[in-house]
Amino acid sequence: MIKLSQLSSGHSGVVAAVNGSSRLVARMMEMGFVPGALVEVIRKAPFGDPVQYRIRSSRISIRSAEAECVQVIPNETSQTTPRRQAIPA
Amino acid sequence: MARESAISNTDVTSTSAPSPAKPEVPVAPLRVALIGNPNTGKSTLFNALAGMRVRTGNYPGVTVERRIGRATWDGRAIELLDLPGTYSLSPRSPDEMLAVELLTGCRGDAPPDVVICVCNAAALERHLYLVTQVCETGVPVVVCLNMWDAAERQGIQIDREKLAIRLGAPVVATSASRRTGLDELRRVVVERAQHRPPAAASAGILSAGIQDEVTALRDWLISHGLDESQCPRFVVSRGLLDPGGSVEQRLARQTHREFDQRVREARDRLAAKALVIPGIESTERYRFIGSVVSDTIHEGASRRTGTDGLDALLTHRVFGIIICGLVMMLLFTVIYWVSQPLSDGIDSLIVMLSDQVQAAMAPGPLRSLITDGMLAGVGAVLVFLPQIALLFGFIALLEDCGYMSRAAFMMDRVMALVGLNGRSFLPLMSSFACAVPGVMATRVIEDRRDRFVTILIAPLMSCSARLPVYILMIWTFIPDKVFLGGLLPLRALVLFLMSILGLLVAIPFAWLLRRTVFRGEGSPFLLELPDYRLPGLATVAHRVWESCAAFVTRAGTMIFATSILIWLLAGGSFSGSERYELMRRIESLDPVTQGGEIEELSAELSRLNGRLLETSVLGRFGRSIEPLVEPLGWDWRVGVGVIASFPAREVIIATLGTIFSLGSDVDEESEGLRDAMRSARRPDGEPLFNVPSALALMVFFALCAQCVSTLGVIRRETNSWRWPVFSFVSMTLMAWIGAFLTYQIGMRI
Repeated sequence: MIKLSQLSSGHSGVVAAVNGSSRLVARMMEMGFVPGALVEVIRKAPFGDPVQYRIRSSRISIRSAEAECVQVIPNETSQTTPRRQAIPA
Repeated sequence: MARESAISNTDVTSTSAPSPAKPEVPVAPLRVALIGNPNTGKSTLFNALAGMRVRTGNYPGVTVERRIGRATWDGRAIELLDLPGTYSLSPRSPDEMLAVELLTGCRGDAPPDVVICVCNAAALERHLYLVTQVCETGVPVVVCLNMWDAAERQGIQIDREKLAIRLGAPVVATSASRRTGLDELRRVVVERAQHRPPAAASAGILSAGIQDEVTALRDWLISHGLDESQCPRFVVSRGLLDPGGSVEQRLARQTHREFDQRVREARDRLAAKALVIPGIESTERYRFIGSVVSDTIHEGASRRTGTDGLDALLTHRVFGIIICGLVMMLLFTVIYWVSQPLSDGIDSLIVMLSDQVQAAMAPGPLRSLITDGMLAGVGAVLVFLPQIALLFGFIALLEDCGYMSRAAFMMDRVMALVGLNGRSFLPLMSSFACAVPGVMATRVIEDRRDRFVTILIAPLMSCSARLPVYILMIWTFIPDKVFLGGLLPLRALVLFLMSILGLLVAIPFAWLLRRTVFRGEGSPFLLELPDYRLPGLATVAHRVWESCAAFVTRAGTMIFATSILIWLLAGGSFSGSERYELMRRIESLDPVTQGGEIEELSAELSRLNGRLLETSVLGRFGRSIEPLVEPLGWDWRVGVGVIASFPAREVIIATLGTIFSLGSDVDEESEGLRDAMRSARRPDGEPLFNVPSALALMVFFALCAQCVSTLGVIRRETNSWRWPVFSFVSMTLMAWIGAFLTYQIGMRI
């Protein structure tokens, strides 16, 4: 399990947990960063921060400091992950 | 648009509810609210449904604008309410609280009859989060899958009937930009209002444990004196589910903090059952949404949209930045090449009108009021319009096509250095041309504190109105030296430094504001990057129109009023004086044969005007504050010029012209004015201006809030007088200190 901020561009993972300040956790989870969700790293901004992620068919960009609060289980598969996987209920 | 949505309301409402026999004769208009995530085309839909009949205004206590439209559907009067775009109904600020209050009716007005949840059909999953919350408010819902055409193009298939059954609300597909599906939407909305589902709000999808706690809390609140209407079920649930949120705070206030204890106990009980707040709500909702989505949405496997390809270039480490720079340069180039001539044209028109009035009336205070007070005032407002319209248009285009969020994405790191975020980038960039559209563009900044800080530093960006002042002072007083063997003229260097001075001061100012007045944890920087799309020209034009109208009415009246005020204070109403005699004589002479006499008399008139200014209220005020401006290297004449330019910066040039008896027709390039300023003397014979005092004047203009229009829009955007006053006072102070330091240090070098 690693932090979302440690996932590199083009890779994806499954959200395991979201920890942090109540406000940050609430906002992140509202946007779809919920345990079991598939998240893919699209790219970093030119100055290194923030980072674009694909989550639930949307593109969301988050700062690294905020991405640290998300724990993910990385997928071993490569760049071309399908855009959506059915999330088991 | 494919088949009709074959939903009749009896399919989705509980079978036990009898449908009313016939709706009564409608008297009051049907109130329809629109809600949705940002980037769903909600505004386009709103405009399409309401046409031009939109009224804007303010809700007290919040900065969100109130947009109400009127329409008639099938003979039925409709009132459309545009709620602010939001990702969820978990309010953490007064602005976010507004949507909850309006939907649950605890703001005083009754809740709307129907609410349309606008979603982006091409990215539906997350949008359903808000939909599930709205369904729990008790207001009948119609789900609108907007941007349907984009979804079809991407090969996304959505089974609307199934979706409607699962969500418990009718589903309509529309494309607001193409105006398709709107008739069906209107029909379904009216039907939904007429056949209301049973009064009890849907139980919602949250688990029984949570529901029971909400019920218990509600009963407790009612037993502790709260009226039933003050704590609708949905509001109480927000109190439970949003720790530290606006509802929790309000309920705590209303129960003298006893609520804090109760809600903490409730949360502890739920935590013991592994239902941890705040996470549990999102987990349960997305679980539900996940199953709905896998049931009803099918898309082609692994498709990369055009947007991703375009993003690879536009947010590229190197090319992305270059392109962003080019886009900004394009903005300024367009402003310069297009709006400048238009503004000049408007200026000429006003001058022409002024001449007509002069020809038609005898010289006197009334004519002077009309030409120098009113027409000048109207001119001052209208001359802004081309620039403002272009800037609004450009900003609206960038926002609509999706590029604006990319610019915010790339620039966030830079903005974070001063405690702001990437969304402030474009508003601040625009302020380099004119702060009025820049301040109005700060609406995209979600966090209230960030928005206010951006609004307060926007006027420091060196706007185009400061340029004539810089040019006048630099070309008159800065020597024509050149450095680096002809590559770096001193004058150009000084011009550049003056232009970025405001920016340099804004950086510590923003940092300071963020630490003091606007202290506190910022909201997380969660920025959505929507699919690129062709901007809807109708929407853009609509927005430009609305913004310009808002500018003319709000800021415009302020500029107009201040122009007349300055006219009055500058002695404009002086009646029966030599001035009008002279003017009458000049105008009675024949320009061809008596040219010399006209020149003589005109020079005398200019001198007289100068003297009149001196003895006017403005002049006397300038004299009385002379001790204040002396440390800056000025005398009362410059002081008067500065005061007179508070409505609009460029006015100082005309005022200086009057003071130096050249008449007010001068501009920054007129040699006559430059000579007059160089040769102006103080009472003791010393030159009035030297390099340090000229620099001090420029520094003052760089940092001072001499723009009634900007103060006017700050008032509008913050919905209070406190912030324009704060801006005015703080910037004037900074300007004075800056000019003081410049002059004093300059004199000692």
